[in-house]
Amino acid sequence: MSDNNATGVQGWIDARFPMTKTWNEHLAEYYAPKNFNFWYYFGSLAMLVLVIQIVSGIWLTMYYKPTAAEAFSSVEFIMRDVNWGWLMRYMHTTGASAFFIVVYLHMFRGLMYGSYQKPRELLWIIGMLIYLVLMAEAFMGYVLPWGQMSFWGAQVIISLFGAIPVIGEPLVVWIQGDFMISEATLGRLFALHVVALPLVLVALVFVHIVALHHVGSNNPDGIEIKQNKGADGKPVDGIPFHPYYSVKDLVGIGVFLILFAAVVFFAPEFYGLFIERPNFQPADPLQTPASIHPVWYFTPHYAILQSIPHALSGVVAMFAAVLILFFMPWIDRGKVRSIRYRGLGFKVALILFAISFVVLGWCGTQEPAGLPVILGRIFSVVYFGFFVFLWVYTYFGLEKTKPVPERVTH
Amino acid sequence: MSSEAPDLNRRRFLTGAATVVGGVGLVFTAVPFLSYLRPSARALAAGAPVELDISKLEVGRRIEVEWRGRPVWVIGRSQEQIDALEDVRDRLRDPDSEVDQQPEYARNPARSVKPDVAVLVGVCTHLGCAPGFHPEIRPQHFDQDWRGGFFCACHGSMFDMAGRVYRGVPAPTNLVVPPHRYVGDDYLVVGEDPTDEGGTA
Repeated sequence: MSDNNATGVQGWIDARFPMTKTWNEHLAEYYAPKNFNFWYYFGSLAMLVLVIQIVSGIWLTMYYKPTAAEAFSSVEFIMRDVNWGWLMRYMHTTGASAFFIVVYLHMFRGLMYGSYQKPRELLWIIGMLIYLVLMAEAFMGYVLPWGQMSFWGAQVIISLFGAIPVIGEPLVVWIQGDFMISEATLGRLFALHVVALPLVLVALVFVHIVALHHVGSNNPDGIEIKQNKGADGKPVDGIPFHPYYSVKDLVGIGVFLILFAAVVFFAPEFYGLFIERPNFQPADPLQTPASIHPVWYFTPHYAILQSIPHALSGVVAMFAAVLILFFMPWIDRGKVRSIRYRGLGFKVALILFAISFVVLGWCGTQEPAGLPVILGRIFSVVYFGFFVFLWVYTYFGLEKTKPVPERVTH
Repeated sequence: MSSEAPDLNRRRFLTGAATVVGGVGLVFTAVPFLSYLRPSARALAAGAPVELDISKLEVGRRIEVEWRGRPVWVIGRSQEQIDALEDVRDRLRDPDSEVDQQPEYARNPARSVKPDVAVLVGVCTHLGCAPGFHPEIRPQHFDQDWRGGFFCACHGSMFDMAGRVYRGVPAPTNLVVPPHRYVGDDYLVVGEDPTDEGGTA
């Protein structure tokens, strides 16, 4: 390699900082499997959305005021009087939902192709941590405009901690910094949303990529390309990330930005899903909105909470629905990664799991009575049943897998 | 420089001691950062318990005080009104106060520490209106068999004299009973539990 032989500015920098070396290791000579498909767009798209959120967020912070008296009106001021303020805000609100769309698809890709299996367990766990931080970040961001749903959403979510025995009540007061949701609460959520959590998020994304490049990317066939190297020591089924996948991802980014812009310009509230209607009214601690439910990306978990008619158990189940995913690498004892070569049981179970997530998401947006509650209970069982089934299915060797090819397929 | 072999025990001791001292320091340093998040002096003052003299509270009368930004009603109940609580039982959504809208010591038929004094947060559990006070046991325009209580004119929710919600009205739950305790016979403290006696919130 000619890293240290370069002359001029590049040589000067390389003698002092591993610029060319890093470029090669992570882009020009990072060999990714050549059979990536549609599902492999969402990692890079998630990074794009992170950048959109950070940039639009910084611009919003310039006019936003985190006080109970001014928060709502400062957002309206940004929307009406600040040059392009509406664009910054709609980019940020649409970006929040877009973030969850690409992250959910990215996670589903991992489930389909067994990307959490050995040796990528830690990569998966880091990804799950990103997801957890993202949920906290999104929740806190939603409180900042200080509309009715901001306030009452915060009320519902923070009071969940009150269900914890003994320490519940004082814990809620500590989180709120007051005996009710107030300006003290708004201030701390603002600080966490704009400083603390973005720092953690960026650091975790960096670590996620370092871990990915250490173990190498999985692929739709779920086989290790590193086991098949040519005479030059490069995987025969791999191609350099740059320029091949950097260009492929640019196409994905183009398509994504068209859809993103369509929402930002033509349907920024997205029919009450991305910005809920009660949030166009200022927060009023004395008036509860007719129906309180979180934004769509939390409704599957909210439906699980509502399905269980006992406060503490409901909270535990809701958190368990997220945390159980951390253990995927150990719940799934199968040796075959990709859904292409796994048993019929896995395919059916994964499809049911995806359906349960969508149905629960719908239930969480409905009034907790009648059909939504019944469906919520059924599909809560299906949701958790997926993990139980998967463990039994693989631990007792019930799965009949197909032969896995030596080389990646086209 | 000495050419002697390093004293590993000494190193281990120094490393251990430095770790312990540093760790203890970190724990103490964490205290202000965590305590910073607790309610400020201003929030504590605004949320402080409210003490009031109820020696002059007449039967059938209502005193309103503000506690933590919300109106709290203190109401003198007559024996007739207390007895009427039984009459409406089968018209109530949650006659036994099973939903957590009151402290454990107020989970009784009168939903209070003393049956003859009701303490309630005067905010309708439907959409936060202020329900009207109708203590008289006589037919009303909203209910022909009225046994005393509260009627919310906004959306027609009805509550009995213990703040228990009627069936078939929009409000989902009983009115909230705030924590309260008595000091002697004449003083009521809103915002403290009977177990807080002598202490502060």
